Amino acid sequence: MQLSREDLLKAFERMCLIREFEDAVHEEFSAGNIPGFVHLYAGEEASGVGVCMHLDDRDNIASTHRGHGHCIAKGVDVAGMMPEIFGKKTGLCGGKGGSMHIADLGKGMMGANGIVGGGPPLVCGAALTAKTLKTGGVAVAFVGDGASNQGTTLESFNLARVWNLPVIFVIEDNGYAESTASSWSVSGSQTERAKGFGMPATEVDGHDFFAVWEAAREAIERARAGEGPSLIHVRLKRYYGHFEGDAQTYKGANENEETRANKDCLMLFRRRVGEAGLLEGEELDAVERSAKQRVEQCLLQAKAADMPTEADLLTDVYVSY
Amino acid sequence: MPKKTYRQAINEALRQEMERDPRVVLMGEDVAGGYGAPGEDDAWGGPLGVTKGLMPIFGRDRVLDTPITEGAFIGAAAGAAATGLRPVAELMFVDFMGVCFDQIFNQAAKFRYMFGGKAVTPLVIRTMYGAGFRAASQHSQCLYPLFTHIPGLKVVLPSNAYEAKGLLIQAIRDDDPVVFFEHKAMYDEEADVPDEAYAIPFGEANVTREGDDVTVITMGRMVNYANQVADKLDKEGIGVTVVDLRTTSPLDRETVLETASETGRVVVVDEAHPRCGMAADIAALVGQECFGSLKAPVRMVTAPHSPVPFSPALEDIYVPGPDRIEAAVRATLDNAVARAAE
Repeated sequence: MQLSREDLLKAFERMCLIREFEDAVHEEFSAGNIPGFVHLYAGEEASGVGVCMHLDDRDNIASTHRGHGHCIAKGVDVAGMMPEIFGKKTGLCGGKGGSMHIADLGKGMMGANGIVGGGPPLVCGAALTAKTLKTGGVAVAFVGDGASNQGTTLESFNLARVWNLPVIFVIEDNGYAESTASSWSVSGSQTERAKGFGMPATEVDGHDFFAVWEAAREAIERARAGEGPSLIHVRLKRYYGHFEGDAQTYKGANENEETRANKDCLMLFRRRVGEAGLLEGEELDAVERSAKQRVEQCLLQAKAADMPTEADLLTDVYVSY
Repeated sequence: MPKKTYRQAINEALRQEMERDPRVVLMGEDVAGGYGAPGEDDAWGGPLGVTKGLMPIFGRDRVLDTPITEGAFIGAAAGAAATGLRPVAELMFVDFMGVCFDQIFNQAAKFRYMFGGKAVTPLVIRTMYGAGFRAASQHSQCLYPLFTHIPGLKVVLPSNAYEAKGLLIQAIRDDDPVVFFEHKAMYDEEADVPDEAYAIPFGEANVTREGDDVTVITMGRMVNYANQVADKLDKEGIGVTVVDLRTTSPLDRETVLETASETGRVVVVDEAHPRCGMAADIAALVGQECFGSLKAPVRMVTAPHSPVPFSPALEDIYVPGPDRIEAAVRATLDNAVARAAE
C-alpha cells in the first residue's frame, strides 16, 4: 500500500491544521484568553497524523494531556474543539471537559486524559469491544514517555498480549516527562520492554511522517489480522513547554530553535514530497493558507460563543438518576 | 417460590442477562478459573464460586479470565463499556480498589460529564465487602462510602438473595457505571427468589418493617440485623421501622425523611467506619431536614475508626451486631439518656 496524492494532501492538511491550531492556542493563552491547563502538540504532528492516517471511525484512540493533535489527526472538527478549550457551551463537550478531557467518541477519540497512564487500559477495552463485536476495528493508545513508566501502561501491555487484542501502543517520547528527562526516567529501552512482553516493537523518528506512517501501517495491519498488539517508540520534540506558561529552563540552549530549523516535520514533509515530485509547492502553500484561515474562523466563533450557564452545571452526570 | 442462596441468585442474574444480551461479558480474576492449567477448567467460578458454570455456557470470549491486574482490566471494562459492550467486571475484594481506583473514579465515573453528555458507560463492577470472615484488614473493608462520594457512580448493596438478583439485573441494564457490593458472609443465605428475570429500580428504598416508635435506616447485611431487632422489640410493644436503602447512590431521600419524621427517633446502622460514612451522611440529612420532628438525637451504629482486626475475639466485637442496634434503639426511646449523651 502506498500513499496516494489525496492521502498526502490529507496528511499535510491535518499536520498544518494541528500546527495552526496549537500556535493559535499558544497566542490566546499567552494573552490570557484561555482558562486552565493547556499542553500543546506543536512539533509532534507527524506522529499523530502518521498513525491516524491508517484509522477510520470504527477505530478508537486514547490520548494524553497533549491531546489536541490526536483529536485533529483522528478527524475531530476544530470548530468544536476551539470553543471547548475556551470553556464555551458550543464546545465539543459543552465546555465541561476542556483541553485535558477533550473527546469525540463518535470519531473514536476517547479523550485526552488528565491522568498520566489513564489511556492504555481504556484502549484495551475498546479493542475488546472491537474483537467481541467483530467490527474489524483496532485501538491505539498514545502514551507519553512519562506514562510509559506507569503501572497501568505496563499492565496493559500484558493484558493486550494475554487477550491478544488489536492494540497499538504509540510511545511519544518527546524527551521530557514534564521537566524530567526520559533518558533518566525510563530504564531499559521502550522496544526491549515491549519485546519482553512478546510484542513486536520498533523505534522511529517522529519528525518523519513517512517513517511513522510505515511503522504504523505494519502494526495496524497486524492488529487487524488478529495478530495482537504492537508498540511503536516515536522519538520527537515538542516546541512548547510541558504546559503553557512553562519557562522550559530544563531544555538545552537553543534546543527548540535547532529542532525547528533542522527537524520540523512540516519542513521535512515538504522536502520529501517536493524531491519525489509528488506534490507542488503551491499546492502545499494553499493547504497551509487554508488551515490558517480555518483556525482563524474557529477562533472568531469560539470567542463569540456563549459560556455555559448555571442550568448546565448539574446535567450530564448520569444518563438517569 | 423457590429458595435460592445469595450466590445462586447472583449467578442466575448474570446467566439470564448474558442470555438476553450478547453485549454482556464477564471479566475478572478466576471468574472461570483454571485457564491454561493442567487440571479442571472453570475450576473456581470466582474465589467463592459465584460465577461457576457460566464459562461452559458462554465460552471464554464472554467469560474472560484476567491476569491479576486490576488497573488494566477494570480500565478495560470502562473502555469497553464506553465503546459498546456491557461488561460486568469482578473486583474480587473491594479492598483492591487501591490499585485501580483511578480507572473507576477518574475515568468511568467522569466520562459522561467531561464529554458533555455524549458518553454512555454501562459498566458494572461486582465486588465483595464486609467483615466476619477472619480475613483481616485488607480483605474485610466496607468501602462503599468512598464510591458513594463520587458523582457519576451508582452504588448498590443488596441485603438478601431476592434483592441481589433484582438489583444486579437492574445494574446490568443501567446505562451508568454501577458498583455492586456483595457481602461475602451472605453467599450461603437463602431467600425466596423467582426463576424469571426481574429488575429492582435504583433509588427506591425498601421498608422491611413498619413501627411507630423508632426508624432504623441501614443497608446491606445490616438490614438483616435491624429486622431481627425489630421483630424482637415488637414483642415488647416497641414498634421499629426498618429502611433498607438498597442503593446509597442514588439515595431515596424521600423515604429516609418520611420515615424519620414519622417516628422522630432515628438510628442509622452502617457496617463501615463512622467518619464520612453513610451513617454520618444520613444523620446529617435527617438532622438538617427533620429537625422539627425529632424527639431524640440521631444515633449512629457503625464499626469503629480502626482497621478490621484478624483475631476472632476482636473481629466479633468490631462488627456492629443486633445487640448494639437494640441498645441504640432503646437509647433513642429514653429521652433522659439521650439528652445526657449529648
